[in-house]
Amino acid sequence: MSVTRASDTPRAHRARRFRQDRDVVEWQGAYRRYDLAKEVLVCFLVVVLLTVVCAIVFSSPDEHPVTVKSWSNAAPVDFAQTAMTELDRTSGVATYGPPYTNTPGAGQMLGPISTERFFGVRIPIDTAQDFVLKPLATLPDRPALGAALAEYQGAPAAQRANWDAAYENVVANATFSNGQLVVKGGPYGPVGVLIGNLESMARSGALDGALLESPQLYATNYTNPLLFIADGTYLADQAGLRHLQGDQWGMMNETGNFPGQAWLWLYTLWYQIPPMNSSSNGDVEVWAIMMVLTLLLALVPFIPGLRSIPRWLGIYRLIWRVHYRSLGPDIISQMPPGRQSHRR
Amino acid sequence: MNLLAALVHLGGTGKYISWGVLQISLSNLIIIAVMIIMLVAAIALPFPKHETRRK
Amino acid sequence: MSTSPAETLAAVAEKDTWTGKIREKAVEALPPERLLPDRQPAYVASWSYVFGALSIGAFIVVLLSGAVLAVEGPAWWHKSNVGLFVNSLHMWSTEFFFMFMVVHLWAKFFMAAWRGRRKATWITGVIAFAVSIGAAFTGYLSQQNFDSEWIGTQAKDGINSTGAGAFWNVLNFGQMLMWHIVLLPLVVAMVIGLHVLLVRRRGVVPPFAPTEAQLAKAGLTLTTTAAPTVSPPLLQEPVEPLPTEQPVPQEPVAAPALQEPTAQASTPQEPPPGLPQELLWNLPEDQT
Repeated sequence: MSVTRASDTPRAHRARRFRQDRDVVEWQGAYRRYDLAKEVLVCFLVVVLLTVVCAIVFSSPDEHPVTVKSWSNAAPVDFAQTAMTELDRTSGVATYGPPYTNTPGAGQMLGPISTERFFGVRIPIDTAQDFVLKPLATLPDRPALGAALAEYQGAPAAQRANWDAAYENVVANATFSNGQLVVKGGPYGPVGVLIGNLESMARSGALDGALLESPQLYATNYTNPLLFIADGTYLADQAGLRHLQGDQWGMMNETGNFPGQAWLWLYTLWYQIPPMNSSSNGDVEVWAIMMVLTLLLALVPFIPGLRSIPRWLGIYRLIWRVHYRSLGPDIISQMPPGRQSHRR
Repeated sequence: MNLLAALVHLGGTGKYISWGVLQISLSNLIIIAVMIIMLVAAIALPFPKHETRRK
Repeated sequence: MSTSPAETLAAVAEKDTWTGKIREKAVEALPPERLLPDRQPAYVASWSYVFGALSIGAFIVVLLSGAVLAVEGPAWWHKSNVGLFVNSLHMWSTEFFFMFMVVHLWAKFFMAAWRGRRKATWITGVIAFAVSIGAAFTGYLSQQNFDSEWIGTQAKDGINSTGAGAFWNVLNFGQMLMWHIVLLPLVVAMVIGLHVLLVRRRGVVPPFAPTEAQLAKAGLTLTTTAAPTVSPPLLQEPVEPLPTEQPVPQEPVAAPALQEPTAQASTPQEPPPGLPQELLWNLPEDQT
């Protein structure tokens, strides 16, 4: 049976030395029956069977998400403290840098380069306005709140800063009882009214909707509420209980005992070891490492030494043991040039 | 959500194995072990013989 | 005489059109018996070869279960037991897809399957792996539950750090869902398709040439006194297959030859340079 040769178009290139880890003498020997269509069908059916069995036996996880409502009801003090950092723009999101804010010095660096800063702010967020003041302004029929909003937004920046700092001090020791946030008195002006109303708005569920990018019924972008929730400690605490945090190799994990994403093992490994595990540029450093390693994997065929590892390991001898056990003199045609006669 | 549909309940608290800085869930460890077993078995198990014909 | 439409077309087929030229190149690269072979080289005799097909099988189950989820929309599986079951199919087939694909990667690495102008096959395989990870990631982000919430709020830091977060917002459910169900499946399918066509074009990679020790185990001795020279370009001219059971003729220049051991004394040979000095693998002795 003739076999159409793989490379049929002669190419004018200079002769080069045969290298076992790069080159190969194409097969001249015997062929065997092999039904590819049957193999693909059988493999498909095997996977269908495995999948159906696992789906029936194990099902899949679906834990309810944390909402602003569930967060503020479960941890009202944490919510109030986080809300205050959004108002005075000291929160994680407010000081994040690109792509959310123009915070000086923010943005991870890889040596002298920061692609994060290069692409800049394309999802602009003003936490004071977007997370606190604008949502509060949507509440109708609250004259005290309306007056507090007008007073706060009409005050000079320095005055607002003083109120903010004063409230930051007292909310650190806040409590919650009888459905109310309880803080000590202090020179924080209208801020107490603002945060108190935001707390009740959150607990009612109204804040979840008001935070959306386009509060006009239809929404598909949940950036603002998710960022607000992530600024608090409640979400992270819930994740920690489920072994999902970064230093718990959480990237690989799933809630409960379900298998997760084991293929992310190498990506998350770098986050566990110095210097990435404590570096303020850890994320971009890990990404750079993974991009380099992925490129190396793709380019293994070109890299001497790396491409020799399979031959050194010798596992191929097991895979092809049937072939190596049935060698005959015709194997001469499979020997690399220099180990066979030239035939013309 | 109706995890009652599952015969084996995989919800609840996950089981994890720690060794120094390494931490892995039992389920992920099982997945990786199964993969290694599959590879070893695939290499070790004999493949059905078919008649071979010379070119 | 009546002729079939195919015969008529074949009779008038020209290659002066773009269509004709494309057809000619496609058929040249992948004639039918290479595109859908029913024979494989005799060395393709290991279960380790099935993991590529298993990966494709799993990918098809992923697509089919995803299609059912698409029929009912992204909120369905949260409220319906049947929807939860289909979601489970989608999740477990994804796990199997990665399991089989990685074992396939290991097996191909151990075979050094990039040899013999198969580098593009290897590279497309790595690309398929990387893009599949991205496709799975967008899937996890599209769940609209605690898992996707946590994954999104954490992963945003990694992606933002590269600057890609300015364009690709993991907290934007609409964007992530559309990448997951439209863009990435198309890319994964195309890369897998190209990968499979490359495998068909070049064929399954042959084994490494046997070492001196393996030849000795088979009762063959390589006798040569000529040092290997720079080789001519490979595969430029067909090499006639050798008839079996015939001795290899010796050429005046002391070319290497393989022969059964005879009374003729052979001087101990050093393996030509470049051949491995390797440890013997203890295969069971079952040949004479």
